[in-house]
Amino acid sequence: MARIDVNHVRHSYLPNPRTDADFALREVHHTFEDGGAYALLGPSGCGKTTLLNIISGLLHPSHGQLLFNGRDVTKLSTQERNIAQVFQFPVIYDTMTVYDNLAFPLRNRGVPEADVDRKVRETLDMIDLASWAKKKARGLTADQKQKISLGRGLVRSDVNAILFDEPLTVIDPHMKWVLRSQLKQLHRRFGYTMVYVTHDQTEALTFADQVVVMYDGGIVQIGTPAELFERPRHTFVGYFIGSPGMNVMPVAVEGKTAVLGSQRIELPGAPKAGSGAVELGIRPEYVRLGRDGMAVSISKIEDLGRHKVVRAKLEGRDIAAVLGEDETVPAEPKVLFDPAGINIYADSWRVEMGA
Amino acid sequence: MEKTWNNKAWFLVLPVLVLVAFSAVIPLMTVVNYSVQDTFGNNVFFWAGTEWFEELLSSSRFWEAMVRNLIFSFIILAIEVPLGIFIALNMPKKGWGVPVCLVLMALPLLIPWNVVGTIWQVFGRNDIGLLGYYLNAIGIDYNYVQDPFDAWVTVIIMDVWHWTSLVVLLCYAGLVSIPDAFYQAAKIDGASRWAVFRYIQLPKMQRVLLIAVLLRFMDSFMIYTEPFVVTGGGPGNSTTFLSIDLVKTALGQFDLGPAAAMSLVYFLIILLLSWVFYTVMTNYDAER
Repeated sequence: MARIDVNHVRHSYLPNPRTDADFALREVHHTFEDGGAYALLGPSGCGKTTLLNIISGLLHPSHGQLLFNGRDVTKLSTQERNIAQVFQFPVIYDTMTVYDNLAFPLRNRGVPEADVDRKVRETLDMIDLASWAKKKARGLTADQKQKISLGRGLVRSDVNAILFDEPLTVIDPHMKWVLRSQLKQLHRRFGYTMVYVTHDQTEALTFADQVVVMYDGGIVQIGTPAELFERPRHTFVGYFIGSPGMNVMPVAVEGKTAVLGSQRIELPGAPKAGSGAVELGIRPEYVRLGRDGMAVSISKIEDLGRHKVVRAKLEGRDIAAVLGEDETVPAEPKVLFDPAGINIYADSWRVEMGA
Repeated sequence: MEKTWNNKAWFLVLPVLVLVAFSAVIPLMTVVNYSVQDTFGNNVFFWAGTEWFEELLSSSRFWEAMVRNLIFSFIILAIEVPLGIFIALNMPKKGWGVPVCLVLMALPLLIPWNVVGTIWQVFGRNDIGLLGYYLNAIGIDYNYVQDPFDAWVTVIIMDVWHWTSLVVLLCYAGLVSIPDAFYQAAKIDGASRWAVFRYIQLPKMQRVLLIAVLLRFMDSFMIYTEPFVVTGGGPGNSTTFLSIDLVKTALGQFDLGPAAAMSLVYFLIILLLSWVFYTVMTNYDAER
């Protein structure tokens, strides 16, 4: 296991990158702590797989440095970095048995056969495939195949990190839960450093202690699931995480008050001066629908079973609110913003509010 | 689902049936007819029974041609398959090199058999041939017209030159169908170049290789045009393969009966060997 330092890493797939737009990864500077469970979350094309492949050594970054436990590995090959990686589509050696598939990475490294046998049996138990050991790998289902891919990573106990590249994409929904909780358990038991790439927020939030949100080739926020939810640093994080995403509306700020059209909204503190367009962000969970506050007109109510999502118009802008299953919409609906859930953004970045 | 039985559907098969009857069944039956009769000309035929078959199977000329043919097929398979795999592995997978290589590879396949024969016939000549002249000039005694070994080398190199491309193209098609993730996973697993070949590339190429081996075997076992043009079956009988022998018997000597018997035996041998190849390789596939 290792601490992984990504030092000012930039990467471009073009031979002569000039502008920022030429970079798939604009600049990443981050430390993955030893034994941490991280998720790289972001939309397609945001550079998360590029970052993962840079860590595993399948790609070499055009700029920057990569350290494992303080040792520079930037120039080292994948084999030398001793990394495990699980890909989106299961990769199995289908002429081999399940057992031989798991033994493959060990045998390639010249591990004595007695140790191979012990490690493989341990791993087979871990991934619940012990009874399949002697079967040919080609006849397995997609999730069993993906377990083998995973097992090939787990079988080497000395790996520096285990990387996952959207590993549950091809797995049936009910198996996703099972596999994800198994991963979680393995992490707790063995303390692997794990980095998990996904575009699915549920997957990221349930798997990781720290979620790294990426957008347009850079990291926009790193935090616990709770932090990402309560205090999105960038309006993108607000939109991307949460269902529905955060309500963001342009406002003018006067001291401890935000002005939205004809409405005045009390803020918990006075925002520190920021440049650019000022916006107010509030999650639908903090929008209180009732008989007091600002008048809205309801456009749609979506009943999702456990709660309802109310789509409404406030000062001509779309706004969403979450309503408990038993709550009802009053005849003349009005909304209040819970101050605890209000964030102010200047030029899309969150600004702190003073007392 | 209920199956509909309608015998009128047979009419849909009729055109193919008629076509196959004319192109294959009737000629084949004619051959069968010849093989059991004898003639002294004037279209008068006598019943000969199994006489021609007995004569054929006890003639050393037939067995020698057969052994020659088997050795030839074995040698060209042993060269063309590994060489084809090797070239396919080293062909570029992307970029401008791909079309260039593909066209270069396809070129020999586009040349008609008899032209290939003529090319090598001239190429190997001692007096005016580029190859023959210079081999002799540097002191190698090369003469495919008189030396049986040189004749064999020429015929084999010619076949390798003509047909390795087919194996290459088939293997290449198998190779490019392998997703990148397999190579990446192999890197992660620390697989050597050999292990990547053995456990990723070879299994993916296996099906196309089966087809390549079958095609090359059948073709080489029936080879006629090229050696006929280059050596005419000589020197002596050293490059007289089954088909050349057959044509000599049928058209050279006009011995219709023996030639027909030989055709049938030849046909059955190819059928049998192809079936054996196919069964062995598909069984092997199913076992794994």
